[in-house]
Amino acid sequence: MSWMKINPRSMKRALSTVANSLAVFAGLLILWQLVLLIFRVPAYMLPSPWAVARSVVSRAPTLATAFTITGEEALGGLMASVVAGAAIALVFAQSRWIRRMLYPYTLLLQTVPIVAIAPLILMWVGAGTASVTLIAFIISLAPIIANTTQGLVSVEENMVHLFLMHNATPAQILFKLRLPHAIPSLFVGIRVASGIAVIGAITGELYAGSSRVGEGGLGYSILYASSQLQTDFLFALVFAATLLGFAFFFSVMFLEWWFLHRWHESARTPDAG
Amino acid sequence: MTTEFVAPAVELTGVTARYGNGANVLEEVDLTIGKGEFVSIIGPSGCGKSTLLKLISGLTLPSKGMIRVDGMTPKNARETISYIFQDATLLPWRTVHRNVALALELEGASTERRKQKTAALLELVGLREVAGAYPRELSGGMKMRASIARALATNPRLLLMDEPFAALDEMSRDRLNEEILRLRTEQKWTAVFVTHSVAEAVFLSSRIIVLAPNPGRIYQDLSVDLPQPRTADLRSAPEFDAFVSRVSHTLRASRSL
Repeated sequence: MSWMKINPRSMKRALSTVANSLAVFAGLLILWQLVLLIFRVPAYMLPSPWAVARSVVSRAPTLATAFTITGEEALGGLMASVVAGAAIALVFAQSRWIRRMLYPYTLLLQTVPIVAIAPLILMWVGAGTASVTLIAFIISLAPIIANTTQGLVSVEENMVHLFLMHNATPAQILFKLRLPHAIPSLFVGIRVASGIAVIGAITGELYAGSSRVGEGGLGYSILYASSQLQTDFLFALVFAATLLGFAFFFSVMFLEWWFLHRWHESARTPDAG
Repeated sequence: MTTEFVAPAVELTGVTARYGNGANVLEEVDLTIGKGEFVSIIGPSGCGKSTLLKLISGLTLPSKGMIRVDGMTPKNARETISYIFQDATLLPWRTVHRNVALALELEGASTERRKQKTAALLELVGLREVAGAYPRELSGGMKMRASIARALATNPRLLLMDEPFAALDEMSRDRLNEEILRLRTEQKWTAVFVTHSVAEAVFLSSRIIVLAPNPGRIYQDLSVDLPQPRTADLRSAPEFDAFVSRVSHTLRASRSL
């Protein structure tokens, strides 16, 4: 397959990018260690990089479990908002009137602070992954609705005219024109939503983290580690959370590229242009 | 001898079209286009050239007057009309082949017929080699060829073209002008062609309608009595130049009305 072909020049560039990032990372570690040495910070305030690394290794199973739980919650929430968001966008695309009437509510969805409604959800759904997934879903829904609707309604007038001239049915205009046209915008929405879904899942866990004591996702474990002053583990969890965010972002980027690179300008690989 | 009544390809009677603000884009337009004619519509901007095409296609409705295409209302006649837009309006997510097949697909043609017809048309417009390419990989001229192929796929009797070559460089434009005439020798469609270019209008048409602006109306109806069939050589003939300058003159006069 053509996408698997590796261009030596871009390979070299990718390697040097990785090398640069690693150099920055090494620099930060050295700085971190220096701060510890110079200011004599106690370990419960700031553990050494070495202590964090040790914590990562010794508590790897717990970390992996927390990572997986949060990942599943965020993914569940995100997938639900893709399905629901696309469906809502389809309704919105039907008429300007519907959009005017309902759009303010999606704005509401975006502006309501999740920390304010989390206790309610906890009350209604109960603690555990279901409420956390629901929180991730609610918080990541708005960008998908907004971007997909935009994509559905921004079809050029002449394209619609072309379809009309060939006696296209409304269903044909929707499925052969508006939907494919909206896919790049849908992906923009998913990209934004994926980051928010991870944040939503972690925040959700702070409130509705676990139905069982001692076992939960990253948010729950962060809360737990901080209450126990296990700062090294706390750091390990923060890294895991960052990694999760990255994993989501790059997975969406890859999917976007996979679906669009053949025809869409924005999804071209940098070395193709 | 029996005389059979043949409906003209296009007939407009007392057609007035209004903007949203109430001003007339076109006022009291009477126009009859016979079958097999190649009519160019030319005129200063704002004279309602594109509106005229939209009216004939039924995409816009007149506020007054009557429009008939082949004796039918524009909407009922749609199966016999194809429209070529200024931008090629290719679907970027479809390959050239699937773009050309689109019109047939929408009209419910069988897969077999679609394949056959599309392949033949791609051959005809010289795009066989790039059938599997996506529009973004094509030059402007190639995109327009694909757009033409798509329009011809449904065997139209009337082809409406809204400045289809305006965005192309002069060489591609000249080549496509010749192609359009060549394609017409195989399928004898009637053409209504909107353009800004006097030379293009003269080269292609059997008749040129010059519109005047504010409100848009027919200013002059010129028949182009240059020899048929037209070939590239015509462009360097003195009578071609003479006709072009005559039309340019009329066009200038229409603007200063």
